[in-house]
Amino acid sequence: MTTKRRKRHYSVLTARDKVLLAIMVGVPLTIFLILIWAMALVSVLWSFTDWQGIGPLHFVGLQQYNYLFTGYPPFWPALTHNLLWLLFFVCIATPCGILLAVLLDRPLRGSRIYQSIFFTPVVLSLAVVGFIWELQYSPVAGHGFIDSLLAATGVMSANSTPNWLGDSKINIWAVLVAASWRHIGYIMVLYLAGLKSVDPSLREAAAIDGANERQTFIHVVFPVMAPINVVIVVVTVIESLRAFDIVYIINHGKNGLELLATLITNTSLSEASLIGFGSAMATVLLVISLVPIVLYLTRIMRSEDQ
Amino acid sequence: MSGTLTMAGQQTTHNRARRRASRIGLYVFLTVLALIFLWPMLYALYTSLRPYGDIVGNANGAFSTPKTLNLNNYFNVWNGSDLIQYYWNTAVITIPAVLLTLWISSMLAFAISRYKWRFNLIVLMIFTAGNLLPPQIIIVPLYRLYLLIPVPAPLSDNGLMYNQFLGLILIHTTFQTGFCTFVLSNYMKTLSMELVEAAMIDGAGVFTIYARVVLPLVRPALAALATLLFVWIYNDFFWALMLFESGGKRPITAALNNLSGAFFTDPTQLAALSVMAAIPTIVLYLILQRYFISGLTLGSAKG
Repeated sequence: MTTKRRKRHYSVLTARDKVLLAIMVGVPLTIFLILIWAMALVSVLWSFTDWQGIGPLHFVGLQQYNYLFTGYPPFWPALTHNLLWLLFFVCIATPCGILLAVLLDRPLRGSRIYQSIFFTPVVLSLAVVGFIWELQYSPVAGHGFIDSLLAATGVMSANSTPNWLGDSKINIWAVLVAASWRHIGYIMVLYLAGLKSVDPSLREAAAIDGANERQTFIHVVFPVMAPINVVIVVVTVIESLRAFDIVYIINHGKNGLELLATLITNTSLSEASLIGFGSAMATVLLVISLVPIVLYLTRIMRSEDQ
Repeated sequence: MSGTLTMAGQQTTHNRARRRASRIGLYVFLTVLALIFLWPMLYALYTSLRPYGDIVGNANGAFSTPKTLNLNNYFNVWNGSDLIQYYWNTAVITIPAVLLTLWISSMLAFAISRYKWRFNLIVLMIFTAGNLLPPQIIIVPLYRLYLLIPVPAPLSDNGLMYNQFLGLILIHTTFQTGFCTFVLSNYMKTLSMELVEAAMIDGAGVFTIYARVVLPLVRPALAALATLLFVWIYNDFFWALMLFESGGKRPITAALNNLSGAFFTDPTQLAALSVMAAIPTIVLYLILQRYFISGLTLGSAKG
């Protein structure tokens, strides 16, 4: 009798439990669907209208996209800057972070101190990062360090130094250096955790087979790190697409620092109310973002299947 | 015989010397790099301590010799702006948002990871994928929605969600729940089932199992996530910039946008402001470094 009852308890949830579980999942899920996914869909919907914030919606088909691709000068620079950001992160910042992780993974005296130092910029907000680097980039008379250094060492005279943040040809590079300063430590920590989880016997086996450190990393460690590698790729891509704060604090994303994210808010919130048009850009950003997101989800699905 | 031995011996000494040289090279490289990484922060600190009069118009810029170093810039920034109000705003937003996020995501993760039902994976994916979306995609509709939602008086002083602490807490909690649910459900899957089974056999209900059995077991993960969430929400610039009018309700990080206009002609005060805005997260990081890093790595441990 008792065993029977226990068994039932064990395998079947009471009605009250079921309701409780449904609330636990249902309430946050509903809020999340409304505030995140429904809003993303509304952006897509609005991109087919010429809505400016008042009056009824008026559908205009692909007109906004047509204007975006052919008639709106800042769009292609913004898209190019986003891709440049991505390339810079993928080709320079992320590999630097991985390199630091590999170097600091060895038994090294003071490894923890080095890690702490490289990681510190990650806890700063990007707005503060923007301020801190403005102090590096400002001109000599404005007390900027880089220009003062160039002048003091005689590389350039004080009035011929470039205007790092003001010159639209170079300011994106200056910002990328500042953003990488923060990104490198982030990647380093993620990658270090991955390296620590690699089974040490794999490395021992490789060493016995006569592989040197580089060969071991390329042929043994890197492949078994596949899950972390996906995370690194996703983090890098998403961070590049989200880039906003640092350029906004420097010049509101103008004059060489245009990004899709700043164009969206500038056209539909801060400066104008061209909501239909801003939504078309938001939709472009959404489509691009779905690439890494789908990659990540497939990864989760596969690991869930195993 | 002895010849081969000497040769072998020489080779090891040679190898050892080479390895030692490469080790020293590595230390030199890492130390130089560490100094380069620290430099922008140290320079901001140094600039913040210099009187403006010392550097204004000085042709040597950063290399002009400081006559004095003092805290005057900090006093000026403190007196010239409502910093204490901005810090308070940050606390009012960040602390409830962190607690709410942990509470909601731990329940969600518990329900998803401990009970098998049909839409488990889909729910998890909705949260994880949503958390990865750039916030700029949803900001315009969200802003309009916040202007539409009526909120009664004690929670809102203008009858809306817009320009309210509540609105910020809501979007932070919602957005961060995605990440935390993912991390916590992975963490819960690694727990042994025995305790939960024992509690079930004792006839414990779902809520008791959640609150008395699972929650204590995930405490390390909660501590790590709390640290991480605090820093992330403290550092938020975007939501607070867009969902508050440019008034005194903004938290410190978003307030930097208003303050930069007031101080940007004076680099020494800009530096003092940056240092003050950065201090809370840096201090927290120095004290709780272990938690902070384990929070990040928990999130990536299982792709």
